[in-house]
Amino acid sequence: MPNLEHPAYPAADLLHLESLVPCRESQVSTLLSIFGERQQFSFPSIFIYGHTSSGKTYVMQSLLTTLQLPHVFVNCVEYFTSRLLLEEILIQLQSCSSGAEPSSPVHCDTLNDFVRLFKQAVASQELQDQTLYIVLDRAEQLREMEANILPAFLRLQELTDRNVTVVLLSEIVWELFRPSVGCFEPFTMYFPDYSIGKLIFSSAFQGLYNTLSEDVQKFIPGLSAALNFAKYCEPVVRGEANERDTRKLWKNIEPHLKKAMQTVYLREISSSQWERLQHDGGEPGQLKGLSAHTHVELPYYSKFLLIAAYLASYNPVRTDKRFFLKHHGKIRKTNFMKKHEKTSNHLLGPKPFPLDRLLAILYSIVDNRVAPTANIFSQITSLVTLQLLSMVGQNDQLDGPRYKCTVSLDFIRAIAR
Amino acid sequence: AHEFRSASSDSEDTELRFVTCQSLWSQIKSETEQIQEDLNKQLLDNLVSFLSRSHSDFQEKTTEWTCRMKFREIPTAALVLGVNVTDHDLTFRGLSDVLQDNITPYVALLEAKDCPGIKNLMQKLMGQLMNCDIDVDSLEDEDCVQVSQNRIRCSMSSLISWYESVTKKIDSETPSKKRNSSSRHWQSPPVVVIFKDMESFTTKVLQDFIVISSQHIHELPLVLIFGIATSPMIIHRLLPHSVSSLLCIELFQSLSCKEHLSTIIDKLLLTSQFPFKLGGKVLQVLINIFLYHDFSVQNFIKGFQLCIVEHFYSQPLSVLCCHLVDIKKRVYSLSHDQCENIRRLPSFRRYVEKQESGKQIELLTNDSFLKEETEKLLEDLHVYHENYVSILRCLHVFTSSLPKYPLGKQIRELHCACLENRVWETEEYESSLQLARMLNKTDLVTMLQQCVEILMSSSGKEFDRAVEKLKEFLTQFQNLEGASQERDVSISPHKELQKKTDLYHLQKTLLELKESRRSKKLTKFEMLRFEVVDYIDSLVRRYLVPADDRTLHEIVYFNAAAVLRGHLNAAPRTALHTALNNPHWYLKNQALKCDGGGISNKAPDICIVYKLHLECGRLINLVDWLEAFSTVVMAAEEPNANAASSDQVDDIIHARFIRAVSELELLGFIKPSKQKTDHVARLTWGGC
Repeated sequence: MPNLEHPAYPAADLLHLESLVPCRESQVSTLLSIFGERQQFSFPSIFIYGHTSSGKTYVMQSLLTTLQLPHVFVNCVEYFTSRLLLEEILIQLQSCSSGAEPSSPVHCDTLNDFVRLFKQAVASQELQDQTLYIVLDRAEQLREMEANILPAFLRLQELTDRNVTVVLLSEIVWELFRPSVGCFEPFTMYFPDYSIGKLIFSSAFQGLYNTLSEDVQKFIPGLSAALNFAKYCEPVVRGEANERDTRKLWKNIEPHLKKAMQTVYLREISSSQWERLQHDGGEPGQLKGLSAHTHVELPYYSKFLLIAAYLASYNPVRTDKRFFLKHHGKIRKTNFMKKHEKTSNHLLGPKPFPLDRLLAILYSIVDNRVAPTANIFSQITSLVTLQLLSMVGQNDQLDGPRYKCTVSLDFIRAIAR
Repeated sequence: AHEFRSASSDSEDTELRFVTCQSLWSQIKSETEQIQEDLNKQLLDNLVSFLSRSHSDFQEKTTEWTCRMKFREIPTAALVLGVNVTDHDLTFRGLSDVLQDNITPYVALLEAKDCPGIKNLMQKLMGQLMNCDIDVDSLEDEDCVQVSQNRIRCSMSSLISWYESVTKKIDSETPSKKRNSSSRHWQSPPVVVIFKDMESFTTKVLQDFIVISSQHIHELPLVLIFGIATSPMIIHRLLPHSVSSLLCIELFQSLSCKEHLSTIIDKLLLTSQFPFKLGGKVLQVLINIFLYHDFSVQNFIKGFQLCIVEHFYSQPLSVLCCHLVDIKKRVYSLSHDQCENIRRLPSFRRYVEKQESGKQIELLTNDSFLKEETEKLLEDLHVYHENYVSILRCLHVFTSSLPKYPLGKQIRELHCACLENRVWETEEYESSLQLARMLNKTDLVTMLQQCVEILMSSSGKEFDRAVEKLKEFLTQFQNLEGASQERDVSISPHKELQKKTDLYHLQKTLLELKESRRSKKLTKFEMLRFEVVDYIDSLVRRYLVPADDRTLHEIVYFNAAAVLRGHLNAAPRTALHTALNNPHWYLKNQALKCDGGGISNKAPDICIVYKLHLECGRLINLVDWLEAFSTVVMAAEEPNANAASSDQVDDIIHARFIRAVSELELLGFIKPSKQKTDHVARLTWGGC
C-alpha cells in the first residue's frame, strides 16, 4: 500500500523514498503533487517551516536525490554574504549536470548578474525541459542580506523566465520574513514535530540504521541515543524481545539513557569519553564534567574589584553611605520604601555603575590602603575581557565609563571565601 | 648600550657592565624558557595525544554507523589556562610549534580582535592556512597566484578544495619525500584552529563558524582548541545547545600560575647559579604585583629583567657581579675611582670600622690591598649564598609542616622573611620553634632525613659536619625505639601499685607524682627533640644572616624597591594630581613652592583651575569658576585695580581661563554637561 503515488515517477523510486522518510509521507506526497511532472512549471517558491530537527532538510534532500530532480542545495549560514550565496548557486549549477567540465571562476556581484548568468547556465545545460529546484536552507539568514535578495528569490521564475522553483527552509514562520514593502507570497508548508511513539515504532520496525541516524540524532540532539542504540538493540539481538515491543525495549534502555542524558547531553563529558567509559564499564562519576571546574582563581585585588562591582551592581546607590561609611548617621525607617523596591534586586538583574563608585567601594572594602595604580585600572579592563564585567554605553574611557557586573551570586560567594 | 654609555663616565666600566648584564640576562632567559617548557610538557603531550586520536577515524575511512554519527561532531579541546592572559601567548606559541612538528602543518591561531564577523574570521583563517602551505612546499609559484585568487572567495568550499589539493600533492610527491613527511604528519593531517581568547569572541561568529564547519567535517578534518581564561562554563554561556552539541569537547587544564611562580622562584632565585640577587623588599614588590594584580609569570620575569638592567645601570660596582671564576680578574682591573666607590659602600664602611686601626688605614689608602680584601669578601659572599640556600630549604622543611604555618607555607615567604631581617628575632620564628618542639617522632625523623638529603646535595663544603650531626640524631632516634619499650614496661608496675593503696596512700602518691612530674626529667625522646631543634636553630643563626648584614652585599643585591615600584606599579592618577596640585614637585621652581592649601597665582593656569575645581561639587558653574580664577590671578598683581574693574573680567584672563579649562577637559577631569547651561560636569572625585 504505497502512500506515495505519482504518475511521473517510477514506483520503485517512490517506494524507496518512502522507506527513507518515515513519518513524513503526507508532506512528501503534498510536495510531489506541487512539483508535478518533471517538465511542468511548478509553484515559483515554496516555504517550508517547522521546529528544529523536524526533518526539513533531510526530507528535501532525499526527495530530490532519489527522484533525481535537478537541484541546487545551499546553506545560507555557510554562504554568509549575498555574493557568496549567488556564486555558490551558479557553481553548483555548473557542476550539476555537466560534471567534469572545468568551471571558470564565477563572478557575480549583483542579482542582475545572477539572473543573466543563471539564464546562460540553464541554457547551456539543456535543463529547460525540467524544473530546477533551488533549496535555500536556514533561509532566515536571507533577511540579513541586501533587501532585494529575498523578494528576488521568491519570484525567480518570473525574473529569469525559466522553469525554476525556489524552496526556502526555515525554523521560523513566514510572517517574520515578509518585507515591509510586500512581495510575492510563497506557498507555505508546515512540518509538525515527530512524536515519540511514531519515531520509536518506525525506527524499531524498520531497523534501518540509516534513517534512524538522521532522525534520532536530530530528535535527541546529543549523541546519547546514537551511542545507546547498540544497547537498545541488545535484547532484540539476544532474542528476548520482539522488534515491535517498543515498551519493553524502552524499559530496557531507560536507565541507561537517563545517565547519558545527564552527562553527554549537557556536554559535561564528550561523547568519545563516554564511549570509552562504556567500554571500560566505568561510572561517569570518575570523569569530572565541565561544570565541575567552575572555580576561577583571581588575583587579590581582582577579587575585591569583582566583589565591589557586584555590590555596586546590586545595591542601590543610596544605601552606599549606610553600608560603607563608618559614621553614617541614623538609619531612616524603612516604611518610606516604595513598593517596587521590595522585590529582590537579584530578580531585576545588575545595574550599571560608574567607575568612580566601583573604586570608592573598593577602597572601603579592602582593609589596607589601595593606591589607584595603573595595575588596578588594567585589572578592570581585563575583567571586562574575561566577561566578568561588561562595559555599558559608549566606549569612551574619558567620558566616565559605566560597567555592569555579569557574574552570579554563587560565583561571588565562591570568590569571597 | 647607548644609555649605558652616555649616562655614566668611562671610569666605571660601563662597557663591561653592559656585556655582563647582557650575558646574565641571556642565561636567565634561556633558563626560564627551559623551565616553562618543562612545565608545559605534560599539557602539550596530552593535547598532542588528543589531537592524534581525534581524527584517527578519518584516517581509516571507516563507514561504520556510530563512527559516522560521531563524525558530525568537531573534536574540541577546551584549554583552561587561568586568568593570567599575558602568559597565554607563550603557551600558544609553544603549542603551535609542537603541533607543527608532530601533528600537522596546518595550524591557525585566531584572536577575537581580528574576527568581529564571520567574514573576517574566514579571511584570517584561510590566510594563515594557505600561507603555511606555501612555507611547506616553497617552490611553486602557482600557489601564490592561487592564494591571491582564492582570497577573493573566502568560503568553506574553497578551503576544502585547497585542502584536497594540498593533501593530494603530498601524496603524489616522490616516495622519499613522502616518507619523510608522513613520518611527521599523516597523509591527511587535521586542520587545527586555535581560538586564543574564547571569552572575547562574539557568540554569533563562533556559532556560525561551528555550524559551517560541522557541515564539512567529512571533507575537512578540523580540530578546534578553545583557550579559556575563566572556567569551562563559558562554553555553555557562549554557545546554545544546538551548537555545542556539534562539538566533542575534552577538557585540559594547565598548571596553576601560582605553582608556576613557585617553580620559577625556586629555580631562578634560590640557586647560587646566578650571581645577581634580589633584595627582600624588591622581591616583595614583585611577588605582591603578582599576587595582588595580575597572576602573570611573564610580568614577574619582566620585572626581574628590569631589576637586572636597573642594577647594572645604576650601580657602578655591579661589574663585580659576575661568576666566581671571573671575580679575580675583574677585581684587579678596577680603576681608582671604582676603589673609591667600594670605600663609599655603607656595608664596607661598617666592615672597616670593625677592623683594627692599621688595617683600616691600609684599606682606605692602599688600592691593591683593598682589591685583595674585596676579592676575599666576595668569595665569602658567594659561599654565604650557597650555605644560605641549603639551610633555607632545611628550615622550610620544618616550617612547612607546622600547623598554621607561622613562617608561611611557601618557601618564597620564608625567603622574604630571612632577607628582611634576622629571622630568629621575629615572633613567628619563636612560635614555630615552639611548635617544632612538639612534633612527633615519625615526622621529625622524615624531616631530618629530608634535611640530610638537601645538605648532601648542596655544594657547600661546610656541611659535612652538619650532615654527620643530623645522621647522629637519626641513629639516636632509632636507638630510642628499643629504650622506650623498656620504659613502658617499667611504668606499668608502678601503676599497679597505685591500685592497691587506700585513699590516704593514694593521695600521698598522687602528690608525690605531681612533685616528680614537675621536677621530672624529660624523657629521652623529648631531650633529643630539644637537641635537634636547638641544633637547627643554631644552623639558622649561623647561616641565615640577612644579606644586608654582609659586607659588599650592595654589589650583588638589588634593593631599590621604590624605583621598581615606580616603574612597575605606576599610579597615573596620583601623578597627575601631584603635578596639578603641587607643580613644584615636577617643575622644581622655587617660586612655586607653596604651603598647604593656599593657591599661588604664580602657578600655571591649569593648576589654578584644577585646584579651584577640587572645591566644587559634581556640576561646576563656569561663571563662578572664572570669577574665582580671575580673583586668584589678580590677587598679587594689583589689589587696587582689582577693585576698579571688579565685574569686568579682563579679556586676556578670560582667554587664559578658557584655555586652562579645555586642557582639563582634554585630561579627562571635566566634560560639558547638558543638564544645566553654563555648567560642566566633574568626572573625578576626591583628591586623586
